[in-house]
Formats: sequence, C-alpha cells, structure tokens
Amino acid sequence: MRWTLAVASLARHRTRTALAVAGVAIAAALLLDMTMLSSGMRESFRALLLRRGFQIRLAPRGTLPFDTEATIPGAADIMGRLRTITGVSVVSPVLGAAIHIPLADRTITSFAVGNDARVQGDYELVTGRDADSAGDMVANAEFLRATQRGLGDTLRVATGYDPQLRAFSGERRLVIRGEARFFYLSAGQSAVAIPLATLQAMTGAAPQDRVSLFMVKVGNDSLVEPVRRSIQRSESLVDAISTADALSRVDARLRYFRQLGAILATVSLAIGFALVTTLVSVSVNERIGEIAVMRAIGVSRQHVIQQIVVEGAVIGLSGAVLGLALGQVTARWLNSILAHFPGLPAAIDFFLFQGRAVWTALALFLVISIVAGLYPAWRAGSLPIARALREEAVG
Amino acid sequence: MTAVVMARGLRRDFRLDDRPSTEVVHAVRGVTLDVAEGEWVAIAGPSGCGKSTLLNLLGGIDRPTSGVVAFRGRDLSTLDDGELTRFRLTNVGFVFQRFYLMPMLTARENVELPMAEAGLPRDQRAQRASELLRYVGLGARERHRPSQLSGGEQQRVAIARALANRPVLVLADEPTGELDARTGEEIISLFRMINGDGAAVIVVTHDDALAAAARRVIHMRDGAVVASAGSLPDDGVVRAGA
Repeated sequence: MRWTLAVASLARHRTRTALAVAGVAIAAALLLDMTMLSSGMRESFRALLLRRGFQIRLAPRGTLPFDTEATIPGAADIMGRLRTITGVSVVSPVLGAAIHIPLADRTITSFAVGNDARVQGDYELVTGRDADSAGDMVANAEFLRATQRGLGDTLRVATGYDPQLRAFSGERRLVIRGEARFFYLSAGQSAVAIPLATLQAMTGAAPQDRVSLFMVKVGNDSLVEPVRRSIQRSESLVDAISTADALSRVDARLRYFRQLGAILATVSLAIGFALVTTLVSVSVNERIGEIAVMRAIGVSRQHVIQQIVVEGAVIGLSGAVLGLALGQVTARWLNSILAHFPGLPAAIDFFLFQGRAVWTALALFLVISIVAGLYPAWRAGSLPIARALREEAVG
Repeated sequence: MTAVVMARGLRRDFRLDDRPSTEVVHAVRGVTLDVAEGEWVAIAGPSGCGKSTLLNLLGGIDRPTSGVVAFRGRDLSTLDDGELTRFRLTNVGFVFQRFYLMPMLTARENVELPMAEAGLPRDQRAQRASELLRYVGLGARERHRPSQLSGGEQQRVAIARALANRPVLVLADEPTGELDARTGEEIISLFRMINGDGAAVIVVTHDDALAAAARRVIHMRDGAVVASAGSLPDDGVVRAGA
C-alpha cells in the first residue's frame, strides 16, 4: 500500500513530477558522464596499449614512443639481446616515417610504419594479405580513399621531397596488398605499413639499422616489471616503458580531467539532492491534512516516513535510469567530438561505458534520493496531528 | 453500563504559537464524562468552544495538558506514540468534516487503507472494503476516485473507512458540515445504522438534526461542558468543568 500511495502521490501532479524526474535525469546523465570520463580515457588507453599483448615499449632515451623523430640505432643487435632475456616472447621493431605519394595531379603525404608483418602490433588486416615481401605495403581506408587506389595497385612511394627541386628521394614502387585498420592513429589520418627493411632503405636508416620503437611481449604478466628493469639496465639507448608506466604518465596528464569530473559529479549530485528534496517537501506541504488524517486513522509514523522516502526514491531512481540513457547519448556525442582531439589515437574513448560506472551512478543517485527524502519524510512523520487538522480546518 | 471511553478532569491548553511568551488558550477546561459501550453522544456548542479538541483527546490524536482519558479502563497517557497509533487503528474510527480521502486512491482503496495498515491480507481487505461500501450504499462506486464522487458519497466512503477495522468507538467531527440537508439526513441515517450495529458514536456538530438523532447531547461553552440532555449511562455523570 505504501508503494501504491507513493506512486499515486507522484502521479497526482504529473507535469511537476515529470519535470523533477527530467531534472534528476539531466543531473544523473552528468554524473554518469563524469564517472565515465574519470576512468574511461585511462581504461581505453590501457586496452589500446594491450590490444596486441605488448606490455613493454622501448623508445629512444628521454622520449615517449613517437613523441619525437629520434630513432634507436643497432636494432638487430638490440633485438638479439632482448630475445635472450628470460620471459621475453616477442620483440617487434617499428620505424615511423612520413611518406609522399606522387599522383598525376597532386602529391599525398601520409604516415608509414615499417615493421615485421609476422610480429607487428600496429594494425589488424581487414582484407587482402599482409606486406611480407620487400615491394609490398598495406594501407588503411583513409589512404586508399585519398589516393583513389585499391588492392593490387602499384604506387610510387617516397620518403623525401625537395619542394624547390620538386624531386622525390627514397622512392620505391610498392604494391598495395591489403587493407588494414591501424590502432594508434588520429581520426582521419592515412597510413601504410611497409616491411621494416624496405622503409629503412627508403629513409636512409638502413646503414645504422635505426628504428623508432621496439614493442616487447612478455609471456607471463608477473615478469613484465623484472623484464622492464632488466632491459633498462642493459640498454643505455632506450627508455623501457611498461603499460603500467605509460598509464601512470597518462594518469598524471589526466589529473585535471579527473578533478573537473569530480567537481561536476559533485555538482550533479547536489542538484539531484536539491530537486528531490524540493519536490518532496512541496508535495508534503500540500498534503499536510491528508498526512494528519492518515496518522489519525492509525497509519504509523514509520509507514508515513517510508511512503515519503519511497516517493523521493522513485523520483531519484526514475531520473537515474533515464539519466543513464541520456548519459550514454551525450557520452557518444562528446566522444565523437573528442575523437578529433589532436595527437590522440582515434581509438581512445574519453567516455568509456563501464558497468561499474553505471552501477556507481545509479547507486549514488538512489542513496542521494533516499537521503533527500528523509527530511521532508521526518517532518511528515512528526506532524502534530491535532494541530495539523485544526489548521487545515481553519485554512 | 461499561464506559468505552472515560474522561476525568481533562484540560488542554495551547499557546497561539510556540513562543513561551504568547497567550495561552484554554481549549478544554476540566471536562469529565463517560461514554458507554454502544452509546451515541453528540457534542454541541458554538465555534471555538473546544468540541473538536475534546474529540481529539477522546480519540487519542492529542494528549491532554492534564487529566485522564481511559479507553475501556486503559489510561491513554501510558501509551507511547506507536501504541497510541495502534490503539487508534484498531479501536477508533474517525470521520472528518472534509472527508479527507486520499484523492489518488479509489473508494475501495481508501477503505482498504486502515486494513492494510493493520496487516490484513490483500484478498480479505478487498472483500471487506467491498462489503463496507455496499453497507454505506456505494457498492457500485468502489472503483471511483473521490473526485468522481459527490460530497455525500465521499463522506460515505470516509465512514466506510472509519469502520474498516471494526472499531468499538466512532468519532465524527462535523460529519454533515459540508453537506446539504438532504445528504446530511442520509449520513445521519448511516450513523444510526452504525450505532444500531453496536459501535459507540461521538459526534461533534452544529447540525441540530444530527444532534437530535443522538441519545445524549452534551453542550460545551468556553472549553467546558455546560449542559447535558438525554439518557445518561447508568454509572456515568457528566460534570461541568471548572
């Protein structure tokens, strides 16, 4: 009966209740988005780094992977030493370089990764076959669109261009063997993957066997940190960065996001609290006579309090459920905008949907709604019955 | 005859607001009365004479400043809030001038409310609510909400609600106050029926017809009983207050 009474009381002023629920929904959506934002980008970045199972990255000393154009010489020697470390199962060298594609009417500039197709961790093949011969390459959809070429087509690819002489250098003719989806690119960025030796030869990095980065896979997760320390000790030219290190650096950079998220989440909870308290208080004030009569005919103080608390909880829960849907929509919309954030991989989600975040937001709103209903409920339960009836009769 | 409710030296003082310095109103001044099982008593008197306050004290929805109210010999002042609420739920039926039905519930749900509070199973309370609505002549209106009922019909529903837990005492505060004369007559008939079925009835009223229907009429003025007319209980004497 208490549920019936609570829901019926809310249904009495449908527009007012709907507006309050809408207000709570907006606050809940904000809370959800902030909860998703506070951990989403970090989790998304972590998932991205571990996508192909490489837990350690070796960048030129003092840099982050692809942060500068610095390279590491003696790649083959380093790889040989890395493979001797206990726990290392796969080592994938990567060289990054800008490339130019002279077409009939224009020149396209793109990004190329040189790697070993058998152990690479930069892309996944969508169609066709991998670039496993010296004259092959795989390209992403953006590259194919920009060049208006398809699988099997041959392109002139150069790594250098002198605009004054209008001359290309490091030029090769490469056949597009497959289409790939690259993991670490910004939105809309075109790219190709070329066998490492080919790209080294094209860029002039071959004599010193230079690469931009090594990615290292460790067979057992518990060995990641010992392996990282071992690499750091033995290789003076590189910084060995584990996924945990990278995440802690990301954490430091995202501190402001999280602070902003925490502040906005608190504001949204305060708004939800104020909305529920206000609506329930107004509702109680309008029903003083009814509540006094309920108490007079024998409805217990606890049951009156429970009914009013349920009213607040119903508003809070309805608003929270609607807010979750609204939060999802706004998160996707904001994600689509932030996907174009310069320098960040498009695969990074700022607002990552996580079950824990949803339950946290729901639970927080439910608790807040119950707490928000407590004061008006207590007032209703403590009503001096005779006085309330007398004042109602006079009124 | 046994007294269902007994009042001794009842006083009820109010301050006009909660500040100690404000004027004290002596709403009820030393009322002593007994109401026997199955009796019908009307309390009459001018507005503001303390009738409703006395009714509230007798029904346990207010506590006296001094004096004693006993229900079947049990002093109500010994009951805490929860016990007093339970006492009202199971022993007393209240009828108010303004009906005070829950507007969002149907007539049947309104009648079911005290039974639900008393813990009666859903099917039993639905059955009894239907019976009570038939008893007050609203068998065909049980699914109607208060807004779909006339004033007289709403008061009938309120009376059915008052009877829900089979009270031995029915207290009514100006039950015909908002009704026209003809509808008031119907309500009086209903009270006659309720009293005839064994419940003691105390009504506060300005309505001469309703007062005349009672077996005993108590007149109040300035918070005190000033006169009583009609049959008195065998062992009860109405005494004017100080």
